[in-house]
Amino acid sequence: MSISNEQAQAYWRENLRIIVTHLVVWFVVSYGCAILFVEQLNSIPFFGFPLGFWFGQQGSIFVFVILIWTYVFSMNKLDEKYDVHE
Amino acid sequence: MSLDVLTFLFVGGSFALYIGIAIWARAGSTKEFYVAGGGVPPVANGMATAADWMSAASFISLAGLVSFIGRDGSAYLMGWTGGYVLLALLLAPYLRKFGKFTVPDFIGDRYYSNTARTLAVICTIVISFTYVAGQMRGVGIVFSRYLHVDINTGVVIGMAIVFFYAVLGGMKGITYTQVAQYVVLILAFTVPAFFLSAQVTGHFLPQIGLGATLDSGMSVLATLDQLSVDLGFSQYTDGKKSTVDLFFLTVALMCGTAGLPHVIVRFFTVPRVKDARLSAGWALIFIALLYTAVPGVAGFGRVNLIETINGKDNTGTAYADMPDWFKNWENTGLLAWQDRNGDGKVQYSAGKAFDAGKGKPKFVEGDERGEFGQRITTNAITDPSFDSAKQPFANEVYVDRDIMVLANPDIAQLPNWVIALVAAGAVAAALSTAAGLLLVISTAISHDLMKKTINPDISDKQELMYARLAAIVAICIAGYFGINPPGFVAQVVALAFGLACASVFPAIIMGIFWKRHTSQGAIAGMLVGLITTMCYMYYFAFGGGTPSEYIMGISPGGFGTVGAILHVIVGFVVSNMTEEPPQEIQDIVEDLRIPRGAGAAHDH
Repeated sequence: MSISNEQAQAYWRENLRIIVTHLVVWFVVSYGCAILFVEQLNSIPFFGFPLGFWFGQQGSIFVFVILIWTYVFSMNKLDEKYDVHE
Repeated sequence: MSLDVLTFLFVGGSFALYIGIAIWARAGSTKEFYVAGGGVPPVANGMATAADWMSAASFISLAGLVSFIGRDGSAYLMGWTGGYVLLALLLAPYLRKFGKFTVPDFIGDRYYSNTARTLAVICTIVISFTYVAGQMRGVGIVFSRYLHVDINTGVVIGMAIVFFYAVLGGMKGITYTQVAQYVVLILAFTVPAFFLSAQVTGHFLPQIGLGATLDSGMSVLATLDQLSVDLGFSQYTDGKKSTVDLFFLTVALMCGTAGLPHVIVRFFTVPRVKDARLSAGWALIFIALLYTAVPGVAGFGRVNLIETINGKDNTGTAYADMPDWFKNWENTGLLAWQDRNGDGKVQYSAGKAFDAGKGKPKFVEGDERGEFGQRITTNAITDPSFDSAKQPFANEVYVDRDIMVLANPDIAQLPNWVIALVAAGAVAAALSTAAGLLLVISTAISHDLMKKTINPDISDKQELMYARLAAIVAICIAGYFGINPPGFVAQVVALAFGLACASVFPAIIMGIFWKRHTSQGAIAGMLVGLITTMCYMYYFAFGGGTPSEYIMGISPGGFGTVGAILHVIVGFVVSNMTEEPPQEIQDIVEDLRIPRGAGAAHDH
């Protein structure tokens, strides 16, 4: 393995930061918008949907897809930065 | 061409394709049998994962479920997609780096314990069997409706096909068949969805159509709310479940999804860590194509169903005038009508029309027909009274949720080839998932039990033979459940997610993210998660528990979340009380956090 111990620790810390940022968004769109604050958001109309209902049945799924892809790209960049890619 | 001929062509053609692929992709080694040789391209793996994941439940039942419970269906829509975010971020890359064949492999090695491995084998087998029973049943239902064979014959045909490519091809055969099955099932779901959406709203995409405004000037959702309230149901865009229950159910479904062994194992089949992340990305795109169309299909289907049964003026339709699909589905027993008020009209509203747990009708044996030609039932509720403040008439109809997707094209009078395509798609969805599950069961037995626990000296050839034997036995057991379905299929599927959420998922996550987690901690955690979740579910399914006794209002489906929380707490406490894991284990954990070297680590 070409990478030093400190390097490995730094890589792991940045990795965790990326994971946490993504999970915050993941939580907000699904549990936040579609469950906890659904009543409040439902009073806002959105292309014919009550907004909270839209998040529960459509919006959160779109955001999930985007999240995985931004994660894939951030991690690919991170792997190259620390030279741990294959 | 008649519908029968078309269905035969579509279903038969797809079977020929699957068998062709199976012969082309025979497995020669255990590595090919377990993980397709570890060289599957990410896009193909994404498609295979999507087909593996989207079962008869996603294809047949989900839209029906959303259609009948409206907003509460969000828990399933989000739970079964949001789990992939967890998979991609927290599991897939690390498990791929770890580079073994199965989930019990990881748990056994990481927790340096054959007890932990055996526990994981038990969880894997229980989860996978509960799941596979439903798939075989799904195949049977489709065959009985479209090919006019007995449900049991249908199950046997499905068994034979899966037998052929799972036993012969192993993971390699399954992977490439699943790619083909994905294409069939996604076309079969979206084509009728486009038709329906265009027909009801004028927009092709159901994702947009569901927000559209109808000729009446009201939006689709407002119409649904109105119809639901008029007939005594709860408002479509506003659910019945409490916020707490919905929250816990969604967590359980998400973590359960990420903890399902047959899904996890798909990420072992790609060459590099990077590809594991990428395939999760592709998988969710392919899954989202179906899932985002589901709410539209559910909504349009419900409007069509209510308007066809109750008529445009909402007073009911004479049985004699009901379209053919109504009678066809009546023949399968998934639809039933009884004339409560003696007016000869079919009327649909809230409440049970038949006296049984879920209002399911019981039919008399034989072909005897009632006054209007309807099938005769033995448990009809004859009391014609109803709450006139809530609804205009008493409910006279039983509609099984499962028929929504299958009956939708009939109800909307779509061309015959679309109906035939839906039949082929439903079979593809059921078979692809069944095959993935059977493979996981057979590898758990041949690899984790035979090779790793009982007799480490067996050769690769012998192990492969055990894997094939185990697959054969598993298919027979699955077929048995398909022919004699346990009466509690719904609870059993909830159990699969609850167990995955409370046992497998936390054990893997803690193993990756917490180096200090010990074998004692993991075993204690898994046991606590398993036992609490099983007991809670058992009590409410068979022990006579009533919803008023739910702890904090959490229904059994959501209790896996509580099990997972207990798992983490107990695991944490026990780990801190026991000696820390040996250095080489801690080194393994360090190593699996760094992507480089996954290809080399694979051959062990």
